[in-house]
Amino acid sequence: MAEMWINMGPQHPMTHGLWNLRIKVDGEIIVDAVPEIGYLHRGMEKIFEHRTYPQIGPITDRLCYGSSFTWNHLYCLTIENLMKLEIPERAKYIRVMVIEMQRIASHLMWIAAYAADLGLLAGFLWAMREREIFLDLMQALSGSRLTYNYARIGGVAADLPSDFERDALRAVNYFEKKLEEYEALYRDSKIFLMRNQGIGVLSKEDAINRGVTGPTLRASGVKYDIRKDQPYEVYEEIDFEPQSSPDCDCYGRYVVRMNEMRESCKIIRQALSKMPQGPVRVKTPLIGPQGDAIGRVEDPRGEGIMYVIGDGSEKPYRLKVRSPLFVILSAARQMLVGYKIADVVAIMGSIDVCMGETDK
Amino acid sequence: MIDLETELRSRIDGLKRKIVRKAVATCERRIERELPEKIGKELSELHAEKGFIRMRVERSSILKLCRLLKDSYKFNHLSLITTVDWDDRFELVYHLFSYPYNCAAEIKVEIPRDDPKVDSVTPLWGGANWHEREAYDMMGIVFLNHPDLRRILLPQEYEYFPLRKDFKMELE
Repeated sequence: MAEMWINMGPQHPMTHGLWNLRIKVDGEIIVDAVPEIGYLHRGMEKIFEHRTYPQIGPITDRLCYGSSFTWNHLYCLTIENLMKLEIPERAKYIRVMVIEMQRIASHLMWIAAYAADLGLLAGFLWAMREREIFLDLMQALSGSRLTYNYARIGGVAADLPSDFERDALRAVNYFEKKLEEYEALYRDSKIFLMRNQGIGVLSKEDAINRGVTGPTLRASGVKYDIRKDQPYEVYEEIDFEPQSSPDCDCYGRYVVRMNEMRESCKIIRQALSKMPQGPVRVKTPLIGPQGDAIGRVEDPRGEGIMYVIGDGSEKPYRLKVRSPLFVILSAARQMLVGYKIADVVAIMGSIDVCMGETDK
Repeated sequence: MIDLETELRSRIDGLKRKIVRKAVATCERRIERELPEKIGKELSELHAEKGFIRMRVERSSILKLCRLLKDSYKFNHLSLITTVDWDDRFELVYHLFSYPYNCAAEIKVEIPRDDPKVDSVTPLWGGANWHEREAYDMMGIVFLNHPDLRRILLPQEYEYFPLRKDFKMELE
């Protein structure tokens, strides 16, 4: 049969944002795939060079609407590394707690979108319902629902509101019960398993060579989590287990994310119980020093890096963002070739695409 | 009553950390001893500290250094390629990572402004492909032997390289 190219996107239910996947098919089988991105490019790195250090904070929120706090935190962490600041212990615990809440909210949005992609609409509604609880908690902290601007260079914007601890513990206890229900919904659904198991296989060697990180890498059998292996903030003090799966397929990515949410609940509980009293923010200089610094965190989607070069003025000379999805998308060909057109939705859904950070 | 499981896990974690620290130290020592011999004068800076190795190398031997790091020291993950415009020259900063040794490396390469060409490292790490396309797109650096050097974020017919310092934004 004749081969032909098909455009999936820039506007297609599969894409979750604006990007274009060009696939070459032979009948129903995919023989080549070329992702095209850039539809959401806002020139962030150029904008960063023209803003002062505190002004950049709110912009970094807009890197990813699904997990804005991790990017905001990564920016503050990088600038603290540059300025060699030591932040208060309480602020570190608050950050860890909010990062994990953000991770749960982000993974829930992923499972909601993924379930809808695969025709499981109940999954969409259930996950969005529970996500709202965590968004409410973070709204109580920061005042906004998606772009929090809660981390500051030198700590966090404000201390916890009254009764926050009680509400957070209740949310976590409630959510752990709900996770069992999710597992029953997905794991026992024959259609969900058929569309996931053995689909989108990305071997361990390919995953490492293509620079794939995060849950997608761990689902390919590499047990590597920056929170554990290169701890930042206070992850060293906290007892948790990085999740991995030897499956290498879409189902493995589902399993890793589900188990990560469970670990996040454990981390939130520990962070709340170990949190000391004290200040949450220190005074910081407005002018950054000369030199360079790097910040490296485990974003819900993979390895997030910011690399900053200061020239001794109030603005960064260069601020580079490493988006995990930017690299994972470039491995689309390795995951897609050999499968059918109908599997594209499942495979591209399983890597949790977020165009905001990819296009910067 | 002690919680046996938690206790065991924390001891295993401590042991793991000890083993990893030892591996990092071994890797650092090996690199500090062997690299200057193998690369020669082109390696102008080498400094290892706490699992972070900083290097500076001439443009001509970047591929040789990267191949050596990948094959002999297991730096199997390329995290990031950053481009910097220092007005009179460009600078590329490579961030590498080694999963088995759990340590990071930073390589800096200077490139003259009037001849912005450098060897591509995509043959070593497939992940470098889009990083190099982005570097070309934003800063106009040409990577030799790159399989598919096109613009990635901006339109193909765009004429400028916007992250260069002489590309002014309207607000200035």
